[in-house]
Amino acid sequence: MARSKVAQVFADEWPQLVATLRRDLGDLGLAEEAAAEAFTEAAARWGPTTTPDRPGAWLLTTARRKAIDTIRRDQRFADRLPALAEQAERPGRPSSQLIDDQLALIFGCCHASLNTEAQVALTLRQVCGLSTTQIADSFLVPTATMAKRLVRAKDKIRKAGIPFEVPDADELPERLSTVLSIIYLIFTAGHTSAEEGPGLVRGDLCDEARWLAEVLTRLLRERSSGAPPVLDVTIGKMGQEWLRDGDLPLADGSGDDDGAADDGAAEVLGLSALMAFADARRATRVDADGDLVLLEHQDRSRWDRDLIAEGHRLMDEAMAYRSLGPYQLQAAIAGIHATAPTWEETNWRSIVWLYNRLVRIQPTPVVALNRAVAIAMSVGPEAGLAAMDLLTEDGGLDGYRYLHAARADLLRRLARNEEAAAEYRRALDLGGNDAELAFLRRRLADLDAD
Amino acid sequence: MKYLMLLYGAEDVGPQPGTPEHAAEMQEWFAITNEMAEAGIMAGGEALHEAATATTIRVRDGATQVTDGPFAETKEVLGGFFVIDVENLDEATKWAEKIPSVPYGSVEIRPVMVFDEE
Repeated sequence: MARSKVAQVFADEWPQLVATLRRDLGDLGLAEEAAAEAFTEAAARWGPTTTPDRPGAWLLTTARRKAIDTIRRDQRFADRLPALAEQAERPGRPSSQLIDDQLALIFGCCHASLNTEAQVALTLRQVCGLSTTQIADSFLVPTATMAKRLVRAKDKIRKAGIPFEVPDADELPERLSTVLSIIYLIFTAGHTSAEEGPGLVRGDLCDEARWLAEVLTRLLRERSSGAPPVLDVTIGKMGQEWLRDGDLPLADGSGDDDGAADDGAAEVLGLSALMAFADARRATRVDADGDLVLLEHQDRSRWDRDLIAEGHRLMDEAMAYRSLGPYQLQAAIAGIHATAPTWEETNWRSIVWLYNRLVRIQPTPVVALNRAVAIAMSVGPEAGLAAMDLLTEDGGLDGYRYLHAARADLLRRLARNEEAAAEYRRALDLGGNDAELAFLRRRLADLDAD
Repeated sequence: MKYLMLLYGAEDVGPQPGTPEHAAEMQEWFAITNEMAEAGIMAGGEALHEAATATTIRVRDGATQVTDGPFAETKEVLGGFFVIDVENLDEATKWAEKIPSVPYGSVEIRPVMVFDEE
């Protein structure tokens, strides 16, 4: 009982505790250490009848005492002692400060001057409170490697003077976009396998990523002065029509005066929706042998209907801001797939339209190729091939293996088997993980058998 | 915190001496230097002659080795530096963004080590 109580409090209190301590102590490593020691003490002392009424306050007081002990032992931090001794007597802090502290923790861990691996590791350690071993296991690296990575990152934060602050309004969109990319990276790391991973889906990371986006949305909303935009039926309906007809009633970013001011939450909600739609397919992404199953072959009856409904609800909330961005567009596409009865009966026209928007703000090979695939489904294989030709001729994507695999698939549908086989071979030459290569070899063998 | 800003760039890229563009850029250099001084953050800075004028010295087994040229032969070479004293890395970054050569070169920001008094 006691243990589960501590675990529950841990989930509720960890990021707040680390954020508050980080501000008090001015040092991330020291904050993390004190928070961890406080939880260790809680696990040892709390029993079914001895759990404090306000566990958060108990933890903060305990952690501050632990930090004072550490500082007394370590002269490097001696100058922090007087300020901390004063803090130790104060109970909590105003909630607005607490919100800023937590946001500062998230933005600090995802600061652009840290490399991506460090950003991911720090966010999981400091914000989510995963242990170094848990993070190491999730990314299939030895614990010592992950520990070193975290130490190096905290070292850089201290020595380079990386500030843990909520960015100014003019910098918020760019900084937020880095945070969102890290959250999505954590999600996809959980969603796709490393080559010799135990399974294709490591769900824990997916859960952490979705929780992070949820916390971020709440904090951004609590921080902004205005209320979140009202979720009226009209907007929900507009969204539905938009998805059905591919006709966008919303404006990009600013210039829309009847939408609520975007406090940054619109894109975070878009990312939450995208992850909900993707996670709804978790059980069907691999077959019994652990092989990758493509979206078009997945058993749609086993998709998680509750999560899909959750995705649509989040999309409605996001679109109420009328501030469209890349995550909302991707979520809208994922939402169409999630509700389509079959691959063939998907509303490809709307998907093409959404990709047309997306490719303009995010001109990556993945987006450009998916757009071409959608064109093939909406108009026909020839049109899809024409769109792909543009990518090889002008786009310099000739070395992109997924492009050749996709071309091969369209040529196969047109019964141009020899050309298809050549494309499969080209894709195989360009490498990939084992599941992908096995898939391509099967396809090539099927062609040869015809 | 004190930061050293190392200004790197390829010498054949950007305004070349003797051109009107170079003269215009000189005004920008004077302006940023003044701005740093007025903000009270300037703790030093110099422009350097081209990398071909560099001499590199090593002492090995008590013998001095003198070689012509910079420490590393790279296309982007050190052209100058500033030392600034600001609150944190974000502030240092804001100053680095204003350096006239940053649109075609790069600025490496290095925190300066502080030793304990005792």
